[in-house]
Amino acid sequence: MSFFQVKDLGIRFGGVVAVDRVSFEVKRGECYTIIGPNGAGKTTIFNLIGLLYPATSGKIFFQDKELTGLSPHQVADLGIARTFQNIELFEHATVLQNLLIGRHRHRRTALWQELLFTPAVRRAELAQREAVEKVIDFLDLAKYRDSLVAGLPYGVRKVVELGRALATEPRLLLLDEPSSGLNPEETDDMAFWIEDIKRQLGVTVLMVEHDMNLVSRVSDRVLALNMGTVIAEGTPAEVQANPAVIEAYLGKAA
Amino acid sequence: MLQLLLAGVAQGCVYALVALGFVLIYKATETVNFAQGDLMMLGGFFALTASVMLGWPYWATILFAVAAMAAVGMLIERVVLRPVLGQPAFTVVMITIGVGYVLRGVVTMIPGWGTDTYTFPTPFADGTFKFGEVIFAEQQVAVIVMTAALVAVLYVFFRYSKLGVAMQATSQNQLAAAYMGIPVRRVNMMIWGLSAGVAAFAGILLAPATFVHSNMGFIGLKAFPAAVVGGFGSVPGAIVGGLIIGLVEAFAGRYMPEGFKDIAAYVVVLAVLMIKPSGIFGETARKKV
Repeated sequence: MSFFQVKDLGIRFGGVVAVDRVSFEVKRGECYTIIGPNGAGKTTIFNLIGLLYPATSGKIFFQDKELTGLSPHQVADLGIARTFQNIELFEHATVLQNLLIGRHRHRRTALWQELLFTPAVRRAELAQREAVEKVIDFLDLAKYRDSLVAGLPYGVRKVVELGRALATEPRLLLLDEPSSGLNPEETDDMAFWIEDIKRQLGVTVLMVEHDMNLVSRVSDRVLALNMGTVIAEGTPAEVQANPAVIEAYLGKAA
Repeated sequence: MLQLLLAGVAQGCVYALVALGFVLIYKATETVNFAQGDLMMLGGFFALTASVMLGWPYWATILFAVAAMAAVGMLIERVVLRPVLGQPAFTVVMITIGVGYVLRGVVTMIPGWGTDTYTFPTPFADGTFKFGEVIFAEQQVAVIVMTAALVAVLYVFFRYSKLGVAMQATSQNQLAAAYMGIPVRRVNMMIWGLSAGVAAFAGILLAPATFVHSNMGFIGLKAFPAAVVGGFGSVPGAIVGGLIIGLVEAFAGRYMPEGFKDIAAYVVVLAVLMIKPSGIFGETARKKV
């Protein structure tokens, strides 16, 4: 019985084996990070977990339920949320609206009730709004609440996307390079939030990240990939000291 | 003067509804559905069947035609368009043009429909009433009131309903929408249904004025400028654009030389596009490449 498990996962695009029989397990409540040089297959693994494309081989289990064969929106319904390396927000909506869409899977009212705006709908809307306000407080987004996303600076949009993922109340949060494009100060904030998400909210985090500083700070365990295969697994310090990892990043000494 | 205004608004309402159909599908799927006018025509024939051949009351006719067309719209998405998902927009546009031809052809083949022109009875008939100096045709007032009611319902739907919000989300970012637990494909299908339903409604409103025939869908050629003027992709823009085109036509028909009425819509499009290339309500932000 494992919380989240990837077993022999593989995908090939034509002749390129992007991910080759990768297996790992994420324990409830930990922060598990996947590192690796560019093109190692990290984001591809995320896309496979999100079922954006079907795996060529292997299986994915979440709380002992197999994900293979579901459609992408059902993954969200199970309580898996994700952020993207290049930010995928609803650009022409406000921060508040973006977070409210995160509540989609928690809306239970019927169409006719919504059209008539019955008291039950009003109560439900208030509850959704409260849940969103908690996220806004948590990530300190109050001053951007009604700003249009398209006009916000990159660093803030990154936080909004994190907020939208949190608004879905995930059990497992997938973060694809949370620090990419952030300045050192923003990266520092991001590290605090990831720690708080893990400790305070009790959300399990699966992360892809390049910034080794951030990785060492927040991760419990690290998996190193190169060319689609696993080359090391262990604590951040262990993996960083692993000769195979050093070689993958720096090349072999001549 | 006021008389023309009224006629223009009534005609503009129909343009607005067809334009709305264009915009809904464009926003969600980034393709232009050139069969929109023909969906309206088919809706007109459904209504005609229910009303004349089956003798149903007017309101039941509307419900039937809208529901039937919603089903047709969803079917078209599911059967014809989903298999080409991910193909270039050009492919999809050509397919919708083809769908339009097919619909026109099919209608002429169905016994009882054919190539004839039919009158469409309404409870509003030809009555008029006078208010001050202006003579109101019941017909026109009914069109305006019913359009306003439909727009109000749509507004509430998009603003408050789970499905409506999901449609908006899907139209902005399909990838993100899927990760929020929105079944993107099903929502796209619903959008086609909604769009075809609105088209049927437009067909019913237009039918008393132009009669029902297999080529009534060519009004889509007028609604298209309406959508462009409003800024393709803007729902309020489609309504305003439709009204503008309707009004311009009404006034051009009265004050301009013979024949100008039919090109007035396009003159307006050119003028608007010169001043504001993205349309009146168009979004100024460019799509990032």
